[in-house]
Amino acid sequence: MASTDRRKRDYSITGPENQRAQERGLAAAEWYTCPIPRQRMKELMKRKNGPAIRDTLIWFGSLLILGYLAYLSWGTWWAVPAFLAYGILYATPGDSRWHECGHGTAFKTPWMNEVVYQIASFMVLRSATPWRWSHARHHTDTIIVGRDPEIITERPPVWKILLMQIFHLYGGPIELKRFALHTFGKLEEQERDYIPASEHRKVFREARIYMLILLAVVAACIYAGSILPAMFVFFPSFYGGIVVITFGITQHLGLYEDVLDHRLNTRTVYMNPVLRFLYWNMNYHVEHHMFPMVPYHALPKLHEEMKADCPAARRGLFAALKEVITALRKQKHDPAYVVEKPLPATARPYVRGVPQQQDTSLRSEVL
Amino acid sequence: MRTGTWIEACAADAIEAEDVIRFDFEDRTYAIYRTENGDYYATDGYCTHEKIHLSNGLVMGSVIECPKHNGRFDIPTGKAKRAPVCVDLKTYPVKVEAGKVYIQA
Repeated sequence: MASTDRRKRDYSITGPENQRAQERGLAAAEWYTCPIPRQRMKELMKRKNGPAIRDTLIWFGSLLILGYLAYLSWGTWWAVPAFLAYGILYATPGDSRWHECGHGTAFKTPWMNEVVYQIASFMVLRSATPWRWSHARHHTDTIIVGRDPEIITERPPVWKILLMQIFHLYGGPIELKRFALHTFGKLEEQERDYIPASEHRKVFREARIYMLILLAVVAACIYAGSILPAMFVFFPSFYGGIVVITFGITQHLGLYEDVLDHRLNTRTVYMNPVLRFLYWNMNYHVEHHMFPMVPYHALPKLHEEMKADCPAARRGLFAALKEVITALRKQKHDPAYVVEKPLPATARPYVRGVPQQQDTSLRSEVL
Repeated sequence: MRTGTWIEACAADAIEAEDVIRFDFEDRTYAIYRTENGDYYATDGYCTHEKIHLSNGLVMGSVIECPKHNGRFDIPTGKAKRAPVCVDLKTYPVKVEAGKVYIQA
């Protein structure tokens, strides 16, 4: 397919692309869904407390053990691997638990979802209520330019952002500025686009609680005359970020923008049980986006129901990373480049967008 | 649209216990529910957050969860119970007669 020059697009959701997406019928549009019988969907959507309670106990129990080992290692070189392991176990499940509990699907009991959501939000330095609304928009308008506030990087990619995110040095400071803004009762302009006014007071209250916790950590460091307290709370959000970004870039990068079919803009990746525990099965990302009411523990079963209608899942994290990095490198010179996987013979055709207004400037490569 | 009219929506046994179906009438769409204890209810068909049909959602006790953003409503009252829904759902009277479900729309 021939490629045409694409003008650099404005990815902010307060810019002209927002209006353009609405005019093209891409905002709050109807998305493609794989055909699954209602009876089977009801089974898959069923909520349970057991798996999430088990996984939460394992997570916090492991954090305590690793935290104790890291404490013992402080002052020696063993502290480097010990705190790296602690940080990865702090931030990676922090991210996935934030995500699943934000959807309210991890636990059957609503308050359990809310408690873990609030804790995990702080652990990954995301304002709980603003991110709930941001993520709702991400699901409404997944990778629709000008509408989705959770696009990691634009096309052509900004490598600096991706590299800084290894230690959460791009998103972290942005979030800290937001905490400060919210603490003083203000919102960013883009947040006003997706957070209703009725939620603003809650945003400000949560930010003030976060600030108090951060001040307590600072006070503990001053009292102890050491950064050790912050190595357990706050700093792990940064130094433990490598797996969060590694998982995160496999979700959508290198795939289509501005389509209404998650099979085209989202990637499912097979992972081993350890990674799936850390990620809470979000490697089944096409499945999650298409049917977000299915809890994490049922996603492997949902994948089996859907796979005849989907492109093949990427066979492992490294295969997915290779695909993403190759695509990003190509997009650096050809921003219109995207990866498109062929569908099996049993699948229904891709839905590329609103039929009469398809974007013909895309260059895809069938892999 | 006429108001206050009883409309035959479906057979009572067309909805399983703790489930919901879609019912379209004239230019409106509705969600008809049967809760676990066998009570029937009707609400507007679309979520108040975005135009997503609730009939694809999950009924849990007397709560319906939207299939797109997991917002929740109390079925008997239509009250919004979980973000991102903030606006209550409109409810309609329901009666069951001779094995048929009627809604007053």
